[in-house]
Amino acid sequence: MSGFADVVFNVNNLTATIRMATPIALAAMGGAFSERSGVVNIGLEGMMLAGAFCGVLGSHLTGSPWLGVLLAVAGGGLVGAILAVFAIRLKADHVVTGVGINILASGATTWLMQVIWKRKGATDMVAGLGTWSVPGLRDIPVLGTILGVHSPLVYISLILIVLGWVLMFRTPLGLRMRMTGEHPEAADTVGINVHAVQYLCVILSGCLAGLGGAYLSLAQLNWFSKDMSAGRGYMALAACIFGGWNPLGGLGASFLFSFTDAIQMRMQTAQIPLPVEIIQMIPYLLTILILAGAVVRSRPPAALGKHYEAGQVR
Amino acid sequence: MGLRGNASRFAYSAIAVLLALLIGAVLIGASGYSVMEAYSNLLMGAFGGVYSLATTVVMSTPLLFTGLAVAFAFQCGLFNVGAEGQLYVGALTSAVVALALSGLPPALRVIIALAAGAGAGAALGFVPGYLKAKIGAHEVITTIMLNYVAISLTTFLVKNYFRDPGPVDQTVLLPSGSRLPELVPGTRVSLGVVIGILAVALLDHVMRRSVLGYEIQAVGRNPHAAEYGGVNVRARTVQAMMISGAVAGLAGSVEAMGTLYRFIPYFSPGYGFTGIAVAVIAGQSMWAVIPAAVLFGALQSGGQSMQLFAGIPMELMTMVQGLVILFVAAPTLGSMLLGLRRRLPGKGGGRA
Repeated sequence: MSGFADVVFNVNNLTATIRMATPIALAAMGGAFSERSGVVNIGLEGMMLAGAFCGVLGSHLTGSPWLGVLLAVAGGGLVGAILAVFAIRLKADHVVTGVGINILASGATTWLMQVIWKRKGATDMVAGLGTWSVPGLRDIPVLGTILGVHSPLVYISLILIVLGWVLMFRTPLGLRMRMTGEHPEAADTVGINVHAVQYLCVILSGCLAGLGGAYLSLAQLNWFSKDMSAGRGYMALAACIFGGWNPLGGLGASFLFSFTDAIQMRMQTAQIPLPVEIIQMIPYLLTILILAGAVVRSRPPAALGKHYEAGQVR
Repeated sequence: MGLRGNASRFAYSAIAVLLALLIGAVLIGASGYSVMEAYSNLLMGAFGGVYSLATTVVMSTPLLFTGLAVAFAFQCGLFNVGAEGQLYVGALTSAVVALALSGLPPALRVIIALAAGAGAGAALGFVPGYLKAKIGAHEVITTIMLNYVAISLTTFLVKNYFRDPGPVDQTVLLPSGSRLPELVPGTRVSLGVVIGILAVALLDHVMRRSVLGYEIQAVGRNPHAAEYGGVNVRARTVQAMMISGAVAGLAGSVEAMGTLYRFIPYFSPGYGFTGIAVAVIAGQSMWAVIPAAVLFGALQSGGQSMQLFAGIPMELMTMVQGLVILFVAAPTLGSMLLGLRRRLPGKGGGRA
């Protein structure tokens, strides 16, 4: 069993956890904004996928991975805008719309990949973001190993998540967002434009999930492959719920998911005598278990999934 | 739902499909392909001749089951995104049972294997149903996570326990007595399509003529009111999810026993997910699952020949599916397009 202990209690697991948690935590924060304003966001998966694709496309077209990141944010935001129009303006069922968006994004990205690169499974390599090594931080023992050398998007994301928390819980706009999802009638009464707040939140959620997608394609790999988000958008939604619709809570939940993922990957390389397929199931099973445990304690925004028409009186 | 009756719903679904195909045409044109060549191949590949029609029926058959599974759960207010995983466990279970029972008479063998596949699907459907009923865990996330689990699990079981001693990870080919009989010799149209239609008839009967169906619908419309009226909401939720899982499991059974004649890991091109599109189009009616399944089966078979003969990636059909779901999900878009424009003031939140 000492081999097993070596696999689980290894500092490199924590480094890998941070690496793998970043895209999930970004999308989870997106989910938190969208759902706090009252719009269920199953479409995070599609927004991430669009971001991953647009990131590679931008890097491919301009040669600059940073412009790729910008395009990824825009692409995710565009998919967010589609969800917003259907869920808010056209009063479509939020969950059905989200599933439609995910199927659409899967088809659209694969189609465009074949049109642009003439490839079926994955695009060519493009310029990626590389890593930053933070002077000072990287020299601290243990902590330096965990936090010292990462993709720039890891650091940017951690800052964004803290800023997102401040926006949501410490600013008047954040209060309006939460009020919109909690009690749209009351928000309307005090002069908040309910739909405008919802559009803002859903598009912002797309931008954040898109940035998470860019992390997958420009930081972890330097190419796009078919359906590369591989369920991370759904995990992000679970992390969002488990984290109590709070960006920092979502970050914590993402760490937990990613820690099991990190152990899973290390088990595969360490040739632990367990079949790959069984090891691969662990993060998904854990998500179910955590979700089952989490919903007992957490309460969603009261008007989540409901449609609201200005001037509506109950 | 903003639309009047089944006729206008059907008309609107047709418009939604045409609109999605129109957007598809723009994309084909913008990508430098010939729209005429694409869509003539699509049409011929789906309906042009006996072979094409047979392919359409073969492609529609699993969608008949997965669409029915999702549509049935919809009636209880549940969104079963897990049909894909339920299909995999159903397929493997049926393939293994059909092989193991080779001593029994063929008819008995087939019936037991089908029942086993349905049972496996129901067992997988039980998990999200129970978690939803007891704890309130959202079935969309739990079913999606179980899809990954089911696909990994079936692959694991095939590789380690049920593997054909050849170079490929798959089960042994079923002997002819363990297969579903062919309906049209020379094609792969099997008894499966008949079983699918019978399943539609059965679930339509359950939904409209039984107490269980009545209570499931009551839970779907308003769980609080149903609870108040004496319905055991939790039990109906679990049962609806298990029935849905059983039907999705049968989709896999029929594929394994009627089309592939074995279980192959990762065999499904997303039948469970296309089933969502089928169910969204079918709406409230179980019978409407049949034309909806044929529609998407035709898009699949036509899409294949479009890819083969015009060199246009099949993923276009995935996009068309996504667009159809979006358009049909938006009832007010329907009213606008049909020129009804009778938006009901102060009413929102209905399930599409």
